[in-house]
Amino acid sequence: MAEEIQQHLDRLTERNIAAGMSPKAARAAALREFGGVQQIKEIAREQRVWMWPDQFWQDLRFGARMLWRTPGFSILAILCLTLGIGTNAAVFSWIEGILIRPYPLVAHQGRMFALAGTTRGAERGGLSYPDFVDLEKNSTLFESFIIDRIVGTTLSVGDRAERASGGLVSANYFDALGVQPMLGRGFRPEEGTGRNAHPVTVISYLTWKDRYKNDPEIVGKTQYMNGIQHTIIGVAPEKFHGTFIGYSFNFWAPTSMQEAFDSTGYKMEDRGARWIEGYAFLKPGVTQQQAQAELDSIAQRLENDYPETNRGRGVQILPLWKTPFNQAGNMSQTLGITMAVVFLVLLIACANVSNLLLARSLLRRHEMTMRLALGAGRGRLLKQLVTEGLLLSLIAAAGGIAVAYWCRNALVLAFPSSVPGLVVDYPGQIDWRVLVVSAAICILATLVFALVPAIHASHVDLSGALKTEGSGVLGGTGRSRLRSALVLVQVSLSFVLLAGTGLLLQSLAKMRNANPGFSTDVIVSVTDLFSAGYNLERAKIFHTQLLDRVRTLPGVESATLNRVNPFSYKVYSSAPLEIDGYQPAPNEQPTSEYNEVAEDYFATIGIPIVSGREFARTDDERSPPVAIINETMAAKYWPGKNPLGQRLKVKDRWMEIVGIAKNANYRTKLEPPGPFFYVPLRQNFGVQNSLLIRTREKPGAIMNALAREVHALDPNLAPLPASPLQEQIDEMSYSQRLAVTLVSIFGAMALFLAAIGLYAMMSYAVSQSTRELGLRMALGARVTDLLRLVMSRGLVLTAGGVLLGAIVALGLTRLMGNLLYKVSPRDPLAFGVAFVVMTIVALIACFLPAWRATRIDPVRALWV
Amino acid sequence: MAKEKSDLVYGTLDMLILKALQHGPRHGLEIADRIQQMSKEILRVEQGSLYPALYRLEAQGWVRAEWDVSENNRKARYYKLTAAGRKQLVAETEHWSRITRGIDLVLSAT
Repeated sequence: MAEEIQQHLDRLTERNIAAGMSPKAARAAALREFGGVQQIKEIAREQRVWMWPDQFWQDLRFGARMLWRTPGFSILAILCLTLGIGTNAAVFSWIEGILIRPYPLVAHQGRMFALAGTTRGAERGGLSYPDFVDLEKNSTLFESFIIDRIVGTTLSVGDRAERASGGLVSANYFDALGVQPMLGRGFRPEEGTGRNAHPVTVISYLTWKDRYKNDPEIVGKTQYMNGIQHTIIGVAPEKFHGTFIGYSFNFWAPTSMQEAFDSTGYKMEDRGARWIEGYAFLKPGVTQQQAQAELDSIAQRLENDYPETNRGRGVQILPLWKTPFNQAGNMSQTLGITMAVVFLVLLIACANVSNLLLARSLLRRHEMTMRLALGAGRGRLLKQLVTEGLLLSLIAAAGGIAVAYWCRNALVLAFPSSVPGLVVDYPGQIDWRVLVVSAAICILATLVFALVPAIHASHVDLSGALKTEGSGVLGGTGRSRLRSALVLVQVSLSFVLLAGTGLLLQSLAKMRNANPGFSTDVIVSVTDLFSAGYNLERAKIFHTQLLDRVRTLPGVESATLNRVNPFSYKVYSSAPLEIDGYQPAPNEQPTSEYNEVAEDYFATIGIPIVSGREFARTDDERSPPVAIINETMAAKYWPGKNPLGQRLKVKDRWMEIVGIAKNANYRTKLEPPGPFFYVPLRQNFGVQNSLLIRTREKPGAIMNALAREVHALDPNLAPLPASPLQEQIDEMSYSQRLAVTLVSIFGAMALFLAAIGLYAMMSYAVSQSTRELGLRMALGARVTDLLRLVMSRGLVLTAGGVLLGAIVALGLTRLMGNLLYKVSPRDPLAFGVAFVVMTIVALIACFLPAWRATRIDPVRALWV
Repeated sequence: MAKEKSDLVYGTLDMLILKALQHGPRHGLEIADRIQQMSKEILRVEQGSLYPALYRLEAQGWVRAEWDVSENNRKARYYKLTAAGRKQLVAETEHWSRITRGIDLVLSAT
């Protein structure tokens, strides 16, 4: 505008010069002709379309100056908000990166669903290969189906050997995902079928980098996996970690190699062998309900066609964050609670900033009054204050996103990394959605924290406010009531978080101390014979010899073998049962999981035999099959009878029950007691077993001796690192531990913020009532009187906040149900501790300002 | 050159500007000149008051403005009539003729 008017004036001036005036006179005449330049600019400005942004810019500049002038206030406010916004952005980026869009390189994650088999509509499991092929063939609403089943192997290159995890995938895997290998190619359609016909593999970027040192000629080289030479045909791109929430995979092999990787003995062509985990991509525009309806009808047809394998079996698609076969389930609950917690942290932070703004608005009352008196509208004033708030939260949002970026991969830190071969992978992701949510949080926060003080401030009473005044500490003016309410909210929210943290901590401790039913200091060691290509006969000889040698090692009290360690990632055998003298109800099929264990198992692992006997070395192929059942199984199938001597039919073999073992936990401490039984390893030998050793020695000491023995038996073999069972148990409780870690961190933040809030409010109140306090002192009030006077208000607020918080917490902690182990959501100890901590923090926060109040010099206080 | 007070009837400036832009875009000074010329020097626009009016018209969407280079290679902001502005001009012209006819009738009555 200025330029336009300038141009206009220049033209007028030129015209005047052309008419014969001197330049100076011409300019003057032009100005006269034009009128008052500044005035016109002002009038014109009001007419313009962009009047609002102009004002906004003015407010922003003014706001920035105000923030600059009170750096202490600004820094504190920005810090509080950065904490609030940053934690929210971080947790949201985790939810985004782990649950909502876990596979960044996959093109249409919105149309990607987990595929699960169901039994009688409930219990989720896998699918069989023939069922999978029928789904592919008969569906019309799906773009593609893929198989992705987690498998493990031992990789060795040169003299190094380590566990690796990978995916057994359908041949269309990379194509369906839209992931292009960085080097080489993905699988060809024919590579998915034929038994053991196509030993090819795609390796991950990390494997390529770490193991093969970025070898550019890698394609075409081979690597031994489970005794079979696999040709490396491709390297996955760097950002592709597979499609398994929680772990990053090292390799992928086609389903045709299933037998080589799956030690459970499932056959691909067996319709009853449900080992497939996978995903389905819907066609664009198809809803989950429509797709599910189609799957239901296909499953119904399969049930009719193959009643003996498919009775009661269904197929279900689930959103990725509900994927039943990876860590999504655990994470969604943990992150859900964390999101709620950080939202509370944000509210507390907002209350803090609100309080600070209120305090400052008192200091700025003079300015506000002046502006109002000079004719500014209240709306304009409000806009100014909200703009200042927005400025604060914008700076904080930038800081918050930096915090989130920095924390995006922090979740992994909470996980133990001792499971060999599993690379824990919980990446947060900062994409535009996270930014949009952060912006929304930022604006929401501004409205929450800035609007209330702004409305308050703009309602200055003109006549009253121009007089200076000294307010009283205990005076119940509207402003101080509002501030008290804010502190009350803060205290109650932090109490909720404290109580929640207490419950989780207690539950974790209880869980750690709970007896799983076996002794946890037993040492476990595995030698991977399966990957080394041992067949059953060689494995049998190896294990028998190794067991004999280990039993004679110094310090070893007893040793045994089992196929599956308790609390491990491996799957127990499971089979339908026929039971002597038990008539199952119609539609009931008794099934149970079981484990294959060697002699001395119960003595070594410390599970007591209640009646009957333990397995002996003589329970081998030459003697009649036997089994040991647990107490729950005995009570379920032989109620009131003695099961010893009764028989059990498993996989077409009748076994005699020779013992009853005490119940134990088999997978997690959270599981309900269920039927379980044991069969002798020597009657059911498998290639892969792990050694259990009861000893007083340290795992490290045993490890050396063990490595020597293994080496003596086969110089090409080395045992994987030995560890006590306790470590495996700790790993299985990670979701509880993660929840505790996160809630503790954020709970501490909330407590800290609330303490700052309480402290700030108290010190402000004291500083505002210096005169009153001085007067009281001058009139003879003692130090203790003043302390009591000042602190009582803070403590009354705290008490109110705790009471309110307790009521809210009682309602909210019930939502944590699943994460709590043997702890009531209204556990008095957790609430008691929360009360004590809150009180101590409140006492400290109130005492400092109160103590300062007693140091007031009455003479100076009354001077003015 | 003594400056005369604007002779314009209040509220007619907008209409005159729209009229001045009828046959193509002009910048501020050209608009003022054009009005002066069309009125045979009877009407003189106070140069300064032109701009508030122009911004008002722009905000209403009746004219559109853009920077361009003028006859002697100088930068100038050119105003152009929009379709809505054209309609407005017709409406205002009709309205104005009705009023003036009315006033004429009143004044010429005996």
